[in-house]
Amino acid sequence: MAQRERDPVTGRLTTGHEWDGIKELATPIPGWWITVFLISIAVALLYLWLYPSFATTKSLEPGVLGWSSRQELRDEQAMAAAAQGPLRNRLVATPLEEAGADETLRRFAQAGGRALFNENCAACHGVGGGGQQGQFPALLDDDWLWGGKQADIIQTIRHGIRNEDADSRQSAMPAFADTLSKDQIAQVTDYVLTLSDASKADSRTSLPGAAIFKENCAACHGDAGEGGRDMGGPRLNDAIWLYGGSRDAIMRQINNPRMGVMPSFATRLDEASLRMLTLYVHGLGGGE
Amino acid sequence: MANQGTPNHGTPNHGTIERSLPLLSLLSLLVIAIGGLVEIVPLFRIESTVEKVAGIRPYSPLEQMGRNIYTREGCYTCHSQMIRPFRDEVDRYGHYSIAAESMYDHPFLWGSKRTGPDLARVGLKYSNAWHLAHMEDPRSVVPVSIMPAYRQLKDRDIDLDSLPAHLTALRKVGVPYTDTQIKQAIADAKAQASGVDTEGLLARYPKARLGDFDGQPDRVTEMDAIIAYLQVLGTLVDFRDARLEKGAAK
Repeated sequence: MAQRERDPVTGRLTTGHEWDGIKELATPIPGWWITVFLISIAVALLYLWLYPSFATTKSLEPGVLGWSSRQELRDEQAMAAAAQGPLRNRLVATPLEEAGADETLRRFAQAGGRALFNENCAACHGVGGGGQQGQFPALLDDDWLWGGKQADIIQTIRHGIRNEDADSRQSAMPAFADTLSKDQIAQVTDYVLTLSDASKADSRTSLPGAAIFKENCAACHGDAGEGGRDMGGPRLNDAIWLYGGSRDAIMRQINNPRMGVMPSFATRLDEASLRMLTLYVHGLGGGE
Repeated sequence: MANQGTPNHGTPNHGTIERSLPLLSLLSLLVIAIGGLVEIVPLFRIESTVEKVAGIRPYSPLEQMGRNIYTREGCYTCHSQMIRPFRDEVDRYGHYSIAAESMYDHPFLWGSKRTGPDLARVGLKYSNAWHLAHMEDPRSVVPVSIMPAYRQLKDRDIDLDSLPAHLTALRKVGVPYTDTQIKQAIADAKAQASGVDTEGLLARYPKARLGDFDGQPDRVTEMDAIIAYLQVLGTLVDFRDARLEKGAAK
């Protein structure tokens, strides 16, 4: 141990180290700091004991409190389920038409349905259900491809359209470029264009496309182009054209059709959520 | 101050250790090694570090290429792939992520920041057509999106010949690709991006999403790859399986 030496100028002890005649004053860490440091080590040991924080070669030690983030999540979910449980259970137990008429359930479904819609549906169908021109159908008008009754809507949401779900809605429009000549496709396009024009109701029957339409299109789209929901055949005698209503767009669709695909939400959402969404979509404006 | 002036000489041997570089290095190594071993060794020994779940498989060649593009384009800087076990995240994104779901990720793409949404379970949430429209022009489907457009991916062909080498390299770091999978890599990628002749592909890679993702049936582009990858994310494990919940509760 070096000799303790007091600096004559400041009166403080030195460390005893000397460099070229210069001596260092001893300035130790303050006692309060040491105390806090020791306390924090003690707290760390306490945490180590209470919470899952270390592992042996055999297992992860759960800590004496047995806390886990997954259990905490389950508890929170259980709390939420208990709070919403009565209404959710009632929603699941009540037939959809009745639930839509029940003011409490309808408002509950509207609120939850809007949140679910914005997270799961709005990417394609737009916030508010306005759809995307040329891409994805609007849900707030009365033009339904697969039906606008509550039972139709929940079926579509649950299993989707043209996906891998065995119960999804399936249909396929043939590529008529393979079976019809260019002239025939042009003729049937001209005929389709007249379907939404009431003033041509009489004159259109004499068009050369009329027979081609009857033979190739009417089975799914209806004799007058009124659409067929069993096959998801869109109405052709209104002014709503999902993939465009120009002559070129219609011809393109006949040549090599584009067909909408919707995912199945059966695995993603629970029954109450599916029903909330159904009532929300049904209430957007076009529900039947 | 009360303590001022008290010299601090430490333990008698302190000076000895401090003044000998070999001794100081050796003892430092020893102390750090203890800390390291306590943290690392259990992870190699404990069976339950990665919970075993049914359904996890290595990525198909096309998905793996999509993964490479995801990495290259830095998607992970804005999108995480990690649903944490919090109620708000589980309500929005689905079941929390489990370790097994990224056991074949080299490197993992968990990310640490969400400018865009988490993508751990984006698979099958949207249609292929939506992904294509969204990649070409994000604003066309999500008006408030600030994501850049990636329409150039549609013009870039995948280097199909490099696929077996990619799979071989991944096998070296522990992904259990079989010889057949490596041999069939090019055919599998073509099958997945066209939806034709997919029997072998689906046997090797169950639940692989098929289709002409980019609207160019005769080409295998980077757009095909990234959509095939996005569409499989988070879909391999069926979380309705009750046994999983029980296992996960450990």
